[in-house]
Amino acid sequence: MSMQSQDIIRRSATSGLTPPPQVRDHKLEVAKLIDVSICIGCKGCQVACSEWNDIRDEVGHNHGVYDNPVDLSAKSWTVMRFAEHQDEGGRLQWLIRKDGCMHCADPGCLKACPSPGAIIQYANGVVDFQSEQCIGCGYCVAGCPFNVPRINKDDNKAYKCTLCSDRLAVGQEPSCVKTCPTGAIQFGTKEDMKQVAAQRIKDLQARGFKNAGLYDPEGVGGTHVMYVLHHADRPELYSNLPKDPQISTTVSLWKGMLKPLATIGIAAAGLFGFLHYTTVGPNRAEEEDEHEQHETEEVSK
Amino acid sequence: MKEQLIQRYSAAERINHWVVAWCFIFLAISGLAFFYPAFFWLTGIFGTPQLARIVHPFIGVVMFLGFARQFFRYYHHNFINKEDVKWMKAVGEVMKGNEVGDIGRYNGGQKGMFWLMVGCMVVLMATGFIAWRPYFAGLFPIPVIRLALLLHASAALALIAGIIVHVYAAIWVQGTIRAMAEGVVTHAWAKKHHPRWFREMTGRKS
Repeated sequence: MSMQSQDIIRRSATSGLTPPPQVRDHKLEVAKLIDVSICIGCKGCQVACSEWNDIRDEVGHNHGVYDNPVDLSAKSWTVMRFAEHQDEGGRLQWLIRKDGCMHCADPGCLKACPSPGAIIQYANGVVDFQSEQCIGCGYCVAGCPFNVPRINKDDNKAYKCTLCSDRLAVGQEPSCVKTCPTGAIQFGTKEDMKQVAAQRIKDLQARGFKNAGLYDPEGVGGTHVMYVLHHADRPELYSNLPKDPQISTTVSLWKGMLKPLATIGIAAAGLFGFLHYTTVGPNRAEEEDEHEQHETEEVSK
Repeated sequence: MKEQLIQRYSAAERINHWVVAWCFIFLAISGLAFFYPAFFWLTGIFGTPQLARIVHPFIGVVMFLGFARQFFRYYHHNFINKEDVKWMKAVGEVMKGNEVGDIGRYNGGQKGMFWLMVGCMVVLMATGFIAWRPYFAGLFPIPVIRLALLLHASAALALIAGIIVHVYAAIWVQGTIRAMAEGVVTHAWAKKHHPRWFREMTGRKS
């Protein structure tokens, strides 16, 4: 990762006025293309991910469904989600989606993160967590529109798919791509992947999936993990893939408007005190008055 | 002649106040560090950023409990009456150093500040609990956590601005800090700023 340090285009909790080094930000954007229509749900990608990244999740339990593990975790950065769907003709469709970080162009996790440099975005589009700088606040969890980051119980730090940034740095594809036996996961420049997807979509449409399309949601500026979906008009069929994901308004307000507003409020309070004291001066209770009055009281007694 | 004093705060009340005040300072330092990227370095006061993050909510609980004690000490002194409304309406005049209204133990500004603090503390505790990792945040849906984080920051900033006014008022109205440091105020102070309270305390006419 240090080899890529010059390619960072965005850094969490870092002002645009003092950007990270970016002499090489001419780099081409990459993308992982997941063609849901040819995924057979073998979970080879899950295994490859654990193996390459050297993470060993606890062996869980069978929950009566194919999903295993049932959810992403700090030690399972990708999981296959299996959904059963009955189409108009009454036929069963098994919609299998490989879930994980989407590597948004406009990442909600990065926007929410308070720790400088704990989340970074490379010029090639990869969004990566620098775990040693993570403080475990979980703001990234709140910021993510896809519910991806997970906090690890052991070290209280957030983890997610790195898009195998270490492999990309030496010119290799992500491990899930390398292992996929059907070619359902492909990797290349984002432009190339869009072309591959266009071909596949044409093919699917010719085979009767008239709503087939590419999932590259605009609301987060596009993603660097894209899906080819047979039902691109209804992404929620695929285990609740959000239809129009975007950074939540609540998060935008918190990380946007509230900052200048708060600065003005606090500065105004401070400035008021300074100006008031220097112009009006302190409010003193005159001790002399007290004495005089006290004496007159004494006299009157 | 010896200055004449009135006891305004007992030792227990003063300790209570300063416990809350120190908690506030540490919470504001760490909270501002989490809120403003440019102030992130303030987390270093706690050793490391991670430690700041871990310690912040625990200090918050101490502040909340300390403040709750204060709430039950003072809420009955803080019901707003006609004299306070008069005070609030004439706040411009008060700012010039001219007292307005027959003020009791607290004036309209102090009472307003009290209720602002109460509101902020309740919001901070509730939302802080929702956002508290790793213990409680997992129990709440993400949209609730998002809202909690926004409200937590908003209430904290309102409280910080409020405390700046609170501290300034104590500096401006001289002799006030002594009430919270030594527990006493002078007769002159009480007569000028809190005439009704002065009469209640001394049985004298001001």
